[in-house]
Amino acid sequence: MVESTINATQAVVTLDVPIQGIVWGSIITVNMWAKSIGTGVVFLAAFLWFRHSKDDMPNLRWTMPIIAFVALNVFLLFTLIDLHQPYRMINIFLHPHWTSSITVGAWLASIFLGIITLLMVIGVADAFPSLGGKKNKLAAIARNNSGLYEKIMPFLVFLAIPVTTYTAIIMAQSSARELWQAPTEVMQMIWAALMAGSAALIFISDAWSKEARKDLALVLTFSVFFSFAMYMSEYFFSFKSAEAETVLAYVHSGGAYNIEFWFGMTLGFIIPFFLGMSYMKSENMTLLKFAALSALVGLFFVKDVWLKIPQMLPLS
Amino acid sequence: MKLGFLVDLNLCMGCKGCEIACKVENEVPLSTWRLRVKYIDLGTFPDTRRSFTPLRCNHCENAPCERICPVSALHYLENGIVNVDSARCIGCAGCMMACPYGAIYMDPETNTADKCTYCAHRIESGMMPACVVACPVEANIFGDLDDDHSNISLYIMEHKGAVQVRKPEKHTTPTHFYVGGGNQTLNPLAHQRIEGYNLFNDITHLDHVGDPHHGIIDRFLAPFAGHEKVDNTSLIESATTEESHEQEGGH
Repeated sequence: MVESTINATQAVVTLDVPIQGIVWGSIITVNMWAKSIGTGVVFLAAFLWFRHSKDDMPNLRWTMPIIAFVALNVFLLFTLIDLHQPYRMINIFLHPHWTSSITVGAWLASIFLGIITLLMVIGVADAFPSLGGKKNKLAAIARNNSGLYEKIMPFLVFLAIPVTTYTAIIMAQSSARELWQAPTEVMQMIWAALMAGSAALIFISDAWSKEARKDLALVLTFSVFFSFAMYMSEYFFSFKSAEAETVLAYVHSGGAYNIEFWFGMTLGFIIPFFLGMSYMKSENMTLLKFAALSALVGLFFVKDVWLKIPQMLPLS
Repeated sequence: MKLGFLVDLNLCMGCKGCEIACKVENEVPLSTWRLRVKYIDLGTFPDTRRSFTPLRCNHCENAPCERICPVSALHYLENGIVNVDSARCIGCAGCMMACPYGAIYMDPETNTADKCTYCAHRIESGMMPACVVACPVEANIFGDLDDDHSNISLYIMEHKGAVQVRKPEKHTTPTHFYVGGGNQTLNPLAHQRIEGYNLFNDITHLDHVGDPHHGIIDRFLAPFAGHEKVDNTSLIESATTEESHEQEGGH
């Protein structure tokens, strides 16, 4: 009884402004989700070409850059529409501030997209010799420089690493949101890329060899497992600061974000893990495609929760 | 020169004069605050007391907002003030994610980030910040921290051991200090926000971030098509018709 009558345990805000609420919302979730696909397919393509002959994945050379091109454009579009002054995006290139990971990321992603566009043109021109006819100069130049594709690819894979992880550095610089201030964020970004990349490629792998498809399933299964394990570690054990603990306690206590988190976990990680495992035995492509779809949808929800919940804390 | 602020919470009586002076001086729009005074009630009836805490930008020497700003819209002035250039700001809200003190807001009239600048424009003309002038009990003490004989330096020396900053664990090195503060007043997690315990209930909050008249499409069209002028009256009207930004899932 006495404990509830002393100042130390009874402090209540009686007049203040409302909490700002969620500033980075679902637009940023789409941004991160699409980037995971865009860089993930590059990692997976490199891995598959390292392990198998190109004939095992006949369409990969032109479909990979197309998927990456679309995903990265979605990523950049959602970056742009999240800005309150979208036309001033150009200031990042005209007045760059290099201590900002937003600046570094925007430059890297733009270069990455430029290279992907080049690979897409070469890949499509090679795959469809009749495309554009003989008079099409762009197609002719692309075909004449076909070897450039393989020369650029290692550099692209190397570039995909910082493009994947720079968002984790943005989160590290967002020092008001302590839940994001975790070294695990970098690994989560990489696992998300491997998840999303393998899931996206599964949809175009019908004509691939069984071994190549098994590798895709293996990467998907491993990445959802390790990503799930890391999220669970953070969810249950990672009480690293008072603010992070408060955020997690809020989600633990139930409510809409608790439901969204576990919905995402089930859809994005648990279901794809078991479906991926069962594919190893059954080689049922329908199951594998369902696993891929489930992983992509679930990943979105989990990222959405993790992005929003720290923004609900009062900062002052 | 390194300008700094000190608030003696033992003197502050929660009149909100500083808050109003700031609003007027800087034409801060409705629903946004560069400076606000928070009331916290401590204890249980009849053994209660109320504390008042003015909250503003801490003008950190190691400012996370300056570091994350992609276009240097947030930048240091020579006198240590963390200033904001709204003409350069792209409205990414990175600074709002980075500021551990929640001191930055999205101005609904300009759709750019804004915050307390220690009234940099007044300092330039040799005047004190508006909140310092308005305070009837001189709880706001402002001056040059590099000058050992300035009011603020003398005050800090006089109250050695009792001078605090908010969230020192963030290593932001604020130039904004408090005397007479406690855990409950300076730590936002040490007090509760309970429904129905406010001094005023049934308040209509203008619950938005940025300009409510600018949806995503409007932001792109505005430079060409023009848009409805946003002022305090239109903001009040929008509060009754617009959904909250949270319901819209962002901005």
